Amino acid sequence: MTFIRPIVILFGLVLIWQAIVLVTGVPAYILPGPMSVAEAALSHTGPLFEHAMITLLEIVAGLLIGTLLGVSNALVMIASRPLKRWLLPVLVISQAIPVFALAPILVLWLGYGMSSKIAMAVLIIFFPVTAAFYDGMRSTEPEWLELAQVMNAKPMAIIRHVRIPAALPAFASGLRVATAVAPIGAVVGEWVGSSKGLGFYMLHANARMQIDVMFAALSLLCIVSLMLYFLVDRAMIKIVYWQKEGNKKEDSHL
Amino acid sequence: MHHSTKIDTRFEGRPAAPSVTLEQVSFAYPGDQIFRSLNFTVKGGQWTCLIGPSGCGKSTLLRLISGTLREGLSGRIHFSNGNNHKGLTAWMSQKDLLLPWLSVVDNVCFGARLRGEMTAKKRSMAMSLLEDAGLGEYANVLPSSLSGGMRQRVALLRTLMEERSVILMDEPFSALDALTRLKLQDLSARLVEGATVLMVTHDPLEALRLGHRIFVMTGRPAKLSDALIPPGSPPRKPGDPAIISMQATLLERLEGRDNS
Repeated sequence: MTFIRPIVILFGLVLIWQAIVLVTGVPAYILPGPMSVAEAALSHTGPLFEHAMITLLEIVAGLLIGTLLGVSNALVMIASRPLKRWLLPVLVISQAIPVFALAPILVLWLGYGMSSKIAMAVLIIFFPVTAAFYDGMRSTEPEWLELAQVMNAKPMAIIRHVRIPAALPAFASGLRVATAVAPIGAVVGEWVGSSKGLGFYMLHANARMQIDVMFAALSLLCIVSLMLYFLVDRAMIKIVYWQKEGNKKEDSHL
Repeated sequence: MHHSTKIDTRFEGRPAAPSVTLEQVSFAYPGDQIFRSLNFTVKGGQWTCLIGPSGCGKSTLLRLISGTLREGLSGRIHFSNGNNHKGLTAWMSQKDLLLPWLSVVDNVCFGARLRGEMTAKKRSMAMSLLEDAGLGEYANVLPSSLSGGMRQRVALLRTLMEERSVILMDEPFSALDALTRLKLQDLSARLVEGATVLMVTHDPLEALRLGHRIFVMTGRPAKLSDALIPPGSPPRKPGDPAIISMQATLLERLEGRDNS
């Protein structure tokens, strides 16, 4: 059933899309039907794939770097109170700047290549990852910490053996959110200035009134994002291997 | 009380369990004086029970002795074999505090893992403890697949693995059903014999079964009654007539102090 459900949902959405096109009689240059989009996708497989790879690369690089930075930032804040007092306000202020407004500046600084898009993705996911991981570590069961203290554990050992694993479920949800929003960063970066990627290709097709190609690129972007999300979700389930089982049995012993 | 040779060897060569002495101990949470000039001695190598109404400061007392609570403390708490909290006490609470991501045997070895002292020897010691407690076959599963009683047994073994001569217990059996509780009390009495134990409990029967000496704690700032010493050595049978009659005395003391 778990396998069939997404296919049914996808099929249903396409059906609704087709129904809207049929019922409203909307012209193809506003909303092309699914069939013509599929045709466009098939006739532009080469460039679509090429641009999709670029965007995928930007998203993945952004995710990796953003996660790495977010995790280290959260660790620094948990390990050192004085540093936390300095970092936390900076983090909050950084979130007050709309990331989209930074896109032109990033392109100006980092150029039309991939780095400005990666930087956009990093900026977008940095906060959810940091916040989730940090909150997870901070809200560790206090009695676990007390137990570890009685056991004579060094602060670093407590972070490593108690706080980090305890924060993994929260980190996993943060990373899921990050995976869902990272494509936004990459695509916005591409819109502002680039010569490659699905975002660029959409604008390119739009300018030439190839609306069906534009929709094909959009669909492909959705597929790429979904696949990435699915992969990350799988990995996160593996990382918090004890959670699923734990939830099932929770009520039996409390 | 007899116990298996495996456990005996662990206790061998360990210094005699120290007594713990509190001298003129005062402690306050902001705006709330819990103890004022409290004097109290936990006898070495014995099981001491503290009983009293909730919120009277029993758990606080344990935390002061374990050293996890220091701010707001004045007076002296010392162990007869040294005067440092560190590395002397083990702690067991009402919650089992098992880490859900570690297997049962790794949970038993949690202290050693934390201190980076994990060795094959420690692991086999944990395994033999698990087998002795009837949990051998569960060594490699996650705690989530154990029942509440089994989890608390694992917590007890983790406490023993610390090989500390002073064991602090905060209502360790209160979340268990009556039968499981009795069994775990017997197991604990057997395994911790020779250590200095200070156990906080709500349950007069539990105190009377396990305690060499029982103190009633009431009031604010909290005061301790004189020691109540049940006859015979723990663990006493729940149906023991002496226990039954002392239960009435104990309840009277609990109530009497409450009214005053």
